[in-house]
Amino acid sequence: MKSGLKRSNAPIFWSLFGAGGMLSALFGPALVFITGIAVPFGFLLPADAMSYPKMLAFAQNLIGKGFILAVIALFLWFAAHRIYHSLHEFGIHAGLAAKLICYGSAFVATVISVVVLLGLGF
Amino acid sequence: MSKRRPYVRSMEGWWKKNPYFVEYMIHESTALFVAGYAFVLLVGLIRLGQGEAAWNGWLEAMQSPLSLIFHLVFLVAIAYHTYTWFKIMPITMPPIIVGGKRVGPGVITGSGLLAAVGVSLVMLVLVFWFGG
Repeated sequence: MKSGLKRSNAPIFWSLFGAGGMLSALFGPALVFITGIAVPFGFLLPADAMSYPKMLAFAQNLIGKGFILAVIALFLWFAAHRIYHSLHEFGIHAGLAAKLICYGSAFVATVISVVVLLGLGF
Repeated sequence: MSKRRPYVRSMEGWWKKNPYFVEYMIHESTALFVAGYAFVLLVGLIRLGQGEAAWNGWLEAMQSPLSLIFHLVFLVAIAYHTYTWFKIMPITMPPIIVGGKRVGPGVITGSGLLAAVGVSLVMLVLVFWFGG
């Protein structure tokens, strides 16, 4: 055995999984209701709550930026981790390709979100 | 590498034989819907970055009946994720000791679900007040 154990990267992915799982458990249902049902169809909530000026202002606000990034990135890191580890249970032998697709898409989505949020200005 | 191909018992549908594992597979599958919803939001963010016309196009897509069906499914699946996330939490988190006693599983699950309801109400009120 080589001297010095290789540090596992599992805690990083597990932390992202835990954070994303918690965030989606707390915010997910209400977010889906607000952005996908209530506002687009003017049901219970104001129909122009997601108008361009309002959403632009939200995405230019530092707290808004943080919230958008946390939701998109952590939801996807959570899902990537859970889907990757479920593949085995569905009888799919998860290899490097599956790992790259799961975590890779979460990584790419995170990078895209950061780029767009920075591009929108402050 | 050995040329032998030993018999590997098929894992096909193993979980269907036990209701406990059926539930497990359902709650693990909710991750697909969390991912689906996050991708909808990601597309929205990209469209927002492309300007007003692009954003309005995304909003219009969100008003389609197909989108409504998708979001109703997302809502059910993610709400189920919320329920199972906090239901499992007493097992997944390290024990919490309050006043020398271990906090019971019912209290942990209950507090989590209560927090989710609280967060949801705050978000709805915020959008109601500032969204008009």
